[in-house]
Amino acid sequence: MKQPSLWHVLQPKWRTALQRMREERDRGGRGKLVVLAVVGGLFWLVVFGLLYRILKYLRGVEELGPLIPNKILGLVLLSFISILILSNVITALSSFFLAKDLDLLVSAPVDWLRLYLAKLGETLLHSSWMVALMAVPILAAYGVVYHGGVLFIPYAVLVVAPLLLLPAVFGTGVTLILVNVFPARRTRDLLSIIAIGAAGGVIMLFRIIRPEQLARPEGFRNLLDFVTVLRTPTSPFLPSEWATKAIMGYLRHDFDPLPLILLWTTAAAFVTLGAVLHRGMYAQGFTKAQEGAERFIRGGFWRWTIGGLLKPLPVAKREFVLKDIRLFFRDTTQWSQLILLAVLVVVYVFNIQTLPLHRGEPVGFYYVNLVSFLNLGLAGFVLAAIAARFIFPAVSLEGRQMWLLRSSPLDLRALLWSKYWVGTIPLLILALLLTGITNVLLEVAPFMMIMSLAAMFALTLAISAMALAFGAAYPQFETENAAQIPTSFGGLVFMMATIALLGAVLAALARAVYAYVRGAFEGQAVAIDAGMIFWFAVAAAVCAAATVIPLRLALRKIETFEF
Amino acid sequence: MIRLENLTKLYGSFVAVDDISLHVPRGVLYGCLGPNGAGKTTTLRMIAGILRPTQGRVLLGGDDVHVNPLAAKMRLGFIPDRPFVYDKLTGVEFLRFVAGLYGQEGDSVERRIAELLEVFELTSWQNELVEAYSHGMRQKLIISSALIHRPECIVVDEPMVGLDPKAARLLKDIFRQFVDKGGTILMSTHTLEVAEAMCDQIAIIQHGKVVAAGTVADVRREHQAGSSSLEELFLKLTGGAHVKALVEVLGA
Repeated sequence: MKQPSLWHVLQPKWRTALQRMREERDRGGRGKLVVLAVVGGLFWLVVFGLLYRILKYLRGVEELGPLIPNKILGLVLLSFISILILSNVITALSSFFLAKDLDLLVSAPVDWLRLYLAKLGETLLHSSWMVALMAVPILAAYGVVYHGGVLFIPYAVLVVAPLLLLPAVFGTGVTLILVNVFPARRTRDLLSIIAIGAAGGVIMLFRIIRPEQLARPEGFRNLLDFVTVLRTPTSPFLPSEWATKAIMGYLRHDFDPLPLILLWTTAAAFVTLGAVLHRGMYAQGFTKAQEGAERFIRGGFWRWTIGGLLKPLPVAKREFVLKDIRLFFRDTTQWSQLILLAVLVVVYVFNIQTLPLHRGEPVGFYYVNLVSFLNLGLAGFVLAAIAARFIFPAVSLEGRQMWLLRSSPLDLRALLWSKYWVGTIPLLILALLLTGITNVLLEVAPFMMIMSLAAMFALTLAISAMALAFGAAYPQFETENAAQIPTSFGGLVFMMATIALLGAVLAALARAVYAYVRGAFEGQAVAIDAGMIFWFAVAAAVCAAATVIPLRLALRKIETFEF
Repeated sequence: MIRLENLTKLYGSFVAVDDISLHVPRGVLYGCLGPNGAGKTTTLRMIAGILRPTQGRVLLGGDDVHVNPLAAKMRLGFIPDRPFVYDKLTGVEFLRFVAGLYGQEGDSVERRIAELLEVFELTSWQNELVEAYSHGMRQKLIISSALIHRPECIVVDEPMVGLDPKAARLLKDIFRQFVDKGGTILMSTHTLEVAEAMCDQIAIIQHGKVVAAGTVADVRREHQAGSSSLEELFLKLTGGAHVKALVEVLGA
């Protein structure tokens, strides 16, 4: 029997992608494309610019100059490989075992090799596109600084391609083995916890070793040791090292084909081994993946705790809140993100604590207040990112069940109310704790403490409302993974709008804070005058508007949803 | 009880439902028949308040679903054709949640939940997450949820899909008793035997329009179908009689 081409096997995927693009275009999505292109372009430019300056500078440094670019590239590619392995393991679980098209493909007379290669290609594309895009400005900077010429472009593609393929094959292999041991849905739960835990651990480790100390002159006690470390390959048996050698050799006009040969032959061997593994284990794994992740739940923990607290509320609101809390804590892909959040908070507080403001010498009053004030913006940004992850997807996640909510007499205001407060209350607690603790560490005066807490309170209410409203304005009803929803265009627009809000509120507060700092610096008593009150009122009005208007717009939008 | 007045739904330039007017009186089981893509599901979803009509209105017990939605929906139980429910809730939690949407709680709700789970043989599954339920079990759970608040009328899209023969028979009995006690049901179905055996009145929908309505006898008389079966009548009205011989289609 003539076998269908790989292109044909993947037809439902690419046709869906094309159709989505057409729909976006018909919906007037050109604006979105322009915004994405501008933001992406800016990001590329920043990465390129930074690296270009560093490499340019290093080229002029005699001893260390030639060594550091190698090391940087080696580390960058090594981190790419690590990220890729993790993302391929997770993606392979969906594409090989949980995707909706699998029933059709597995029941069709498509041979195992074609299925393997098609799904490997799908996994590779899904998990590597972001890393591939990230590599562009980095390699471009190397190419420009070392005068790689136009030919460096196809050469870089030749080097990077196997570097993307190897983690894809490795990741799918790991997934295949895991699924044969655990049911697929359990494996997904397990992996999300491991992935988040690993990411959190790396962030913590990176922060706690305090890399900024390396920049201090006293850090370089032994130059010889430093040079020795730089000369040692990061990991001689890892493909990232071969790719580094291949690229740097080419750029330094010292071309050695061996690393390139190693990369491609290893990739070919991996694909072959992966195919053999797939042939032997896929059928069994796929069968196991069909097992549900059933769990017998008897406890009424939330009902007796939160349900008891919410007793005064109307039953519809209470049940809605309980439902949202249960769904969150029973979905591993959701609650496991809290680990990352906890790490983020610890790192944030750690950063503030290690600021060199209080070192025995008289406290820099001006700097303390400046940092405390800027801290408002930074904490606001962190809260916006958290709101994007947890509150922005709230409306989208109701997608498939919207038939129930719309056909029941549930007042949509109750729906919005529940979603708003379920997201806002934890965010508010976090915001006030973060601001309060950092202000205590900074030893700020009562004026700054009260002002910060009040501003953060108002900002959190506004940020939550905006997250909910932008989530309703740009719903992603088809996306089942909540973590993917904030990475959509709507998520980007929300973040941009929040930054604008933070800017406006900080600009208004800056006037009042400046008056206070100047007064206090000159030794005068803190006088709250009309000017100060005016600017506080402006900030409060901006926050109130950013709370009420988005919520109203969200309600109007939800009322127009059709399913 | 259910009144549709000049109901129209457009998707862009495509007319999904074209000026349908229907009246389903109290105490009647009304069947909506039609080929795939005729506009049955769209009509039912407009009645349930999920879709907004482009024109016309839907009245449930005198209340317009889109003008006075809360009062209208209090009377309604909707059963969709695809059983999408929250995977991470247990069966009993889901039913409690739905009761809450209708403002109901307390011991009476707990008793009602136990009763419905018992009737649909889901008691042993009540504390399992819905993600572990089969298609048919989900369908039973949704049917239970539509009955939990004791609605006055039920709108149901393809009720028998996914149900085993025992559950299908149970549902037929429940629907019949519901109607005998004064309830109203509007259901869409492809299963003509079910429609013929259960429905007091039918409407045949084709290309978004009602092409025939009334009792089966009325429709037969109106279209001079003699004593032909509902299937033959359906095929005559919807153009299905022109379909190639089955043997030819199957390539046998």
